Amino acid sequence: MPARAAAWTAALPRQVLLAAIAVICLEPVVFVLMTSLKSPDEYAVNRAGWPARPTLANYVEALADLPTLRWALNSAVVTSGSVLMSLVLAAPAAYAITFGEFHGRSLLLGANVGLIMVPPVALVLPVFVVMVNLGLINNLLSLVILYSCLLVPFSVFFLCNFFRTIPPELAEAGAIDGAGPVQLLWRVVLPLSRPAMLTLAVVNAIWAWNELLIALVFIQNESRRTLMAGLSLLQGRYSTNQPLVLAVASLSMLPVALFYLFSQRSFVRGLTAGIGR
Amino acid sequence: MSSTQVRVRPVAGPRVSGRTAGRHRAWWPYLFVLPAVAALGFGFVLPLLTVLRNSLYAGSVYQLEWVGLHNFSALFADDTFRTALANNLRLLLTVPLMTVLALLVAVVLNDGVRGWRVYRTVTFLPYILPAVGIGVSFSVFLQLNGGLNASLRAAGLGALARDWLGSPHWAIWSVAGVVVWQQLGFGVVLFLAALLSLPGEVTEAARVDGARWWTLQTRIHLPQIRGTIEFFVVTEAITVLSWVFAYVYVLTAGGPAHSSTVMEFYIWENGFAHGNVGLASAAAVVVLALAAILIAVYLRVRVRAANERAA
Repeated sequence: MPARAAAWTAALPRQVLLAAIAVICLEPVVFVLMTSLKSPDEYAVNRAGWPARPTLANYVEALADLPTLRWALNSAVVTSGSVLMSLVLAAPAAYAITFGEFHGRSLLLGANVGLIMVPPVALVLPVFVVMVNLGLINNLLSLVILYSCLLVPFSVFFLCNFFRTIPPELAEAGAIDGAGPVQLLWRVVLPLSRPAMLTLAVVNAIWAWNELLIALVFIQNESRRTLMAGLSLLQGRYSTNQPLVLAVASLSMLPVALFYLFSQRSFVRGLTAGIGR
Repeated sequence: MSSTQVRVRPVAGPRVSGRTAGRHRAWWPYLFVLPAVAALGFGFVLPLLTVLRNSLYAGSVYQLEWVGLHNFSALFADDTFRTALANNLRLLLTVPLMTVLALLVAVVLNDGVRGWRVYRTVTFLPYILPAVGIGVSFSVFLQLNGGLNASLRAAGLGALARDWLGSPHWAIWSVAGVVVWQQLGFGVVLFLAALLSLPGEVTEAARVDGARWWTLQTRIHLPQIRGTIEFFVVTEAITVLSWVFAYVYVLTAGGPAHSSTVMEFYIWENGFAHGNVGLASAAAVVVLALAAILIAVYLRVRVRAANERAA
């Protein structure tokens, strides 16, 4: 068999398999976008096809008549607050675990790794009572507080893995200049860790943006909901106007998808970092 | 927890203070870890202890009454909880499926197929999308007269169309399908990264010795990424046992008639909708116990996978 034909027979089944997987991965996403561009009347007769008369009316309605923007803003506030807090909590701890010596150091690292996978559903009931007592229910602060706590284990673990790759000579050089641990962290280690911090921020942001259970429970006031909680409740209320619901759904996925396409490497590195080195 | 201990380089900290080397212990590390430790205490330790305690009490949060292990016997006598537990175990069946599929795709991508980067991007996309957005989309897509059935009928496969979310027989499997759809890309990216980091010489040597494609994959490649495979399996097992609330909530709300409920949904329903704190806490303890077993395995496996990567 000529080499070229052999290469073809080898490549064809692979391309077919990959194309099939790609179609399966994209089909539901395409369905959401297509449906959100149909009028309810068109959707009633055209379920799966391309929109014959694409319209942005659903998006206009989602932004103008529903609190979608308000919810998105709430989500943005909660997400940025939690990400910032989680980094502030985790960075000094990871620095101390990597470069310091203290009692319980390996226990603390082990505890962080073990807590990464603890399901939030087991924690949400007691914390809800605490938040009620603190008067923070229906306050976005309650979400920022719990989210940043829940993000600590992965953040500490992730940063420890990165800090370990920093040549100790660099830290020592700083130390010779008489810098204390605070200056070393701030002036030497953190500037070197900018890409890692960015990756971590991205991963934590996705987690906070996507979270549902806690957001649903802690916030019961319509105008203070996060986008995910609001969207999950729209579904039942607008069951007769599904193109509208899917317009909100695609708006909820849009920032994450765009972010992903523009900073893919950070995403892939961050989300596979659980495995460590 | 020696298995997770890090190999730490000569430490800069203590010497930093400029005092004599030796075993002097500085105070600053304690200060540095304090905020994180407080966060872990507030977010994890306190709630976990409270849940354990509440599982032995009945009544409302403000008026708890000691009932011993009664909540647990009530839990396992409750048909809805037994359905929930059984459904979580059913979801476990997706783990081998996801693993094999992800391995297959990763191995093919590793062969340097044309356009492999694009395929990697596409398969990873579902993993980063919010479960709520995906769930809402699928809840429309999978309706009796939704997009999937319409496409099946258009393709002449109308016999396969069914009420994916409305049938008590199919609902949990539809949830399972959505979970597989979303998690597959994670496996692909994880396995592909491990495969790409394998030393090329071993593969070359095997090829020279006449190893066929199948032998090369099963005898040479897969054994070398065993730790990564184990890591994925354990991570996904924990995920389907205790991290699927959002899917169930938006796809089926546990229905029809509780047929697709899972333990998380049961906890949410009893704890918040019915105000039955004791029962919900007992269910949370069961979830935690199952998760704890898997987390113990996870800690071991993670170390092995990490060593594999470092090698």
